[in-house]
Amino acid sequence: MKKLVMGMIGICTIVLILFGTQHYLASKTGTNVSSNKVLNLYNWGDYIDPELLKKFTKETGYKVSYETFDSNEAMYTKIKQGGTSYDLTVPSDYMIQKMKREHLLLPLDHSKLTGLKNYDTRFLNQSFDHNNQYSLPYFWGTLGIIYNDQYINAKDIQHWDDLWSPKFKNQIMLIDSARDALAIALITQDKSVNTKSRADLAAAQAKLTALMPNVKAIIADEIKMYMAQNEAAIAVTYSGEASEALSHNKHLHYVVPSEGSNLWFDNVVMPKTAKHQAAAYAFLNFMSDPKNAAQNAEYIGYATPNKKAKVLLPKAIRQDKQFYPNDQTVKHLQVYDDLGQLWTEKYNDAFLEFKMSQK
Amino acid sequence: MPKSKQQRQLFYIIPYGIWLVLFVIAPLILLLFQSLTTQNGHFTLQNYATYFASGTYLLMTFNSVWYAFLITIITLVISYPMAYLLNRLKQKHFWLLLVILPTWINLLLKTYAFIGLLSKTGTVNNFIGLMGIAPQQLLFSNWSFLLVAAYIEIPFMILPIFNSLAEINPRLAQASRDLGANQWQTLRRVILPLSMPGIKAGIQAVFIPSLSLFMITRLIGGNRVITLGTAIEEHFLVTQNWRLGSTIGVILIVAMVITMVLTRERARKSSRNRG
Amino acid sequence: MVKKIKWANGYLWLVFILLYLPIFFLIVYSFNAGDVMQGWEGFSFKHYTELFADTRIIEIVVSTLLIALLSSLIASIIGTAGALYIYNLKYALAKNIFLSLNNILLVSPDVIIGASFLILFTVMGFALGFTSVLLSHIAFSIPIVVLMVLPRLQEMNQSLVAAAKDLGANNWQMLSRVILPVISPGILAGFFMAFTYSLDDFAVTFFVTGNGFTTLSVEIYSRARQGVSLEINALSAMMFMVSLLLVLAYYIISTRSGKNKKRGTRLVLPASEGL
Repeated sequence: MKKLVMGMIGICTIVLILFGTQHYLASKTGTNVSSNKVLNLYNWGDYIDPELLKKFTKETGYKVSYETFDSNEAMYTKIKQGGTSYDLTVPSDYMIQKMKREHLLLPLDHSKLTGLKNYDTRFLNQSFDHNNQYSLPYFWGTLGIIYNDQYINAKDIQHWDDLWSPKFKNQIMLIDSARDALAIALITQDKSVNTKSRADLAAAQAKLTALMPNVKAIIADEIKMYMAQNEAAIAVTYSGEASEALSHNKHLHYVVPSEGSNLWFDNVVMPKTAKHQAAAYAFLNFMSDPKNAAQNAEYIGYATPNKKAKVLLPKAIRQDKQFYPNDQTVKHLQVYDDLGQLWTEKYNDAFLEFKMSQK
Repeated sequence: MPKSKQQRQLFYIIPYGIWLVLFVIAPLILLLFQSLTTQNGHFTLQNYATYFASGTYLLMTFNSVWYAFLITIITLVISYPMAYLLNRLKQKHFWLLLVILPTWINLLLKTYAFIGLLSKTGTVNNFIGLMGIAPQQLLFSNWSFLLVAAYIEIPFMILPIFNSLAEINPRLAQASRDLGANQWQTLRRVILPLSMPGIKAGIQAVFIPSLSLFMITRLIGGNRVITLGTAIEEHFLVTQNWRLGSTIGVILIVAMVITMVLTRERARKSSRNRG
Repeated sequence: MVKKIKWANGYLWLVFILLYLPIFFLIVYSFNAGDVMQGWEGFSFKHYTELFADTRIIEIVVSTLLIALLSSLIASIIGTAGALYIYNLKYALAKNIFLSLNNILLVSPDVIIGASFLILFTVMGFALGFTSVLLSHIAFSIPIVVLMVLPRLQEMNQSLVAAAKDLGANNWQMLSRVILPVISPGILAGFFMAFTYSLDDFAVTFFVTGNGFTTLSVEIYSRARQGVSLEINALSAMMFMVSLLLVLAYYIISTRSGKNKKRGTRLVLPASEGL
């Protein structure tokens, strides 16, 4: 009993010390949300150069409170349910469409945006947000194939259909995402990645099931780590993952098949919960400044949609065909639409059945 | 006397009862409500029909139970001797703390460490390479999944078993030996039955959460094993079909209650034997 | 006999090595000059300097520890009350119902818990942030405490309680002098498990947090898309070393006081020393 009481007193003391430390740190960094000069940024973890946040605070006086999420859907659930006051967040394309449809976003006042002209017009006015009423592009990328030249000949793997080659038995790591996996099968069958035809989807599922003998694992964010460690010869994943993996293993290469693939965007939007709109516009303008955008692109390693920023990047990066594909390839890329509840479920059920078909 | 007992019970139930109502019963009602209604709020059994008519979900349920069972057995087999041996050490509480310590490192990070250890060019393969064995495919196999899952659960099994072993009066073991029992007989007839409550607590602390494992099934198992936890995760986040997700949740809870009832029955009998 | 001890020590060593292998792997790589947990590129402190310059992450660590300590402390108190209540129930059926309700949160996947708590808090108009995270952590830690305390109660010597009653002990005296000392190892086990659950939780915290409040797990998991940097390894290594030092300090203190203690006191209340 004495020990129990002592333990409790000990814990309470530590808790008090921690409270003190927290208070001290908060007053030092000024992350007190109650103050008016603040921006509540809701972003993926480590998805902005922290130096830029410091610079933003210095230039504009707005302190940034940075909260993170790990998936579009998780972010959506939180914003939809309310109780939060995020001023800006960074969803992907299809999610913007979904949030827009459900009136979770505030339209952007273009007269307050100073950097709109810096963006590459190829990445504006996309199907998920016509005329960029609600969003500004943050990063973009593709879906493609990483291969390891120690095990694979470059010429053997240039197209999606090559994945089905019997040579690659048990060598492919596939991204754990219904949309992406089915998109590959749909593209090889010349169908739209947004198809709402039962026959197309069934055919795609059948085709995907035929890929199973070649599939080594179905995983997500870990692909970059596994590829960097030579765990598999081939992986199907996003360009963002790829650039991370390539920077750690010189044997890796990334291809975007010329017959078509997915083009994805992460755009900045203002959710309806925004309480500090002036700060939000200041941040949007700050991030569309070419110098800042270029610094961010170098830090993250993704492709920037800001054409003036791209010019400022080192030559090796901006001329890299793997991550800045030529116009010809870009033309064949397709953006995901939000499929709506019913079809999202159908795609997911098809993918789940595919996953369960493993031996 | 009964009045003082009533007072005591009231004193205990107030904090615990508030917790039960707010954080257990309220979410449970929400879950049941969602699993039994359509989008428009009408009563339906459709979600349950979908579940039981689907071979995919039934297979997944079987997988979850089977792997949770395997994980529990493996952890128990490793943990029981460990708890027993720890108990014989001087300073046993210090060593017990050393068992708990690794659980304070973030799970995702530990899983990444396992990836580094078990990958084709990883530490384990380098090590067996020294002995002239060619690199093996260790990841994405059932056993690597079981290994990592058991690794995570071991401390949760050791702790309750250790506690009930510590409780046993050492004189009982001595008496048993004096009466001519050998070590094995003492262990089987005296120590094991007396540590049963700890074993049961350990099984519950491991088996129940293992039913809904999801992260390592993907990271280490490469989605070769798919459990109900994965399906629920997907329905709540990706497809946003909370109704079907809730249905699977309710089924998990029912499965848990069945396990509880089965283990309770035996607990009563063994306590009668002892009493 | 000597041979047997060797076997026992060998087994202990083996399990400890298995438990600590991933941890050492993480710590070694926190000194890597490169940026990933693969390919040793030389020794460097650069991830540590990064860590100390990052006030945001230090703030997060402080919040995480605060939540973990406070929630497991409160959960231990409420959970113990709950276990006492369930133990005192007369009917097996009532016990079963309470235990099943108790275990619902253990079997529910984190997404379900997180999503339903989020709904609960927003429906009640509760502001998301420190308090909502604290309440949720208390909520999901209570069942594990109950699970750890109950077996201790079942093993408790009934004659001890009866004797105390005969001697005219009131409720509070019974609790503080008789019951609590016996079940304290269970409470401590529950506390440690609750602490672990709280440190490791990602999904529930994610859903119920807001207003700039984050914990370490949320930060680590949401960094997965960009790759978890070795700065996090450095951080974990530091936290691990601090906890190890605390455990060692405990070891030294307890060996010293152990020398002065008379063995006789132990036999009366074998459990009173706790952890």
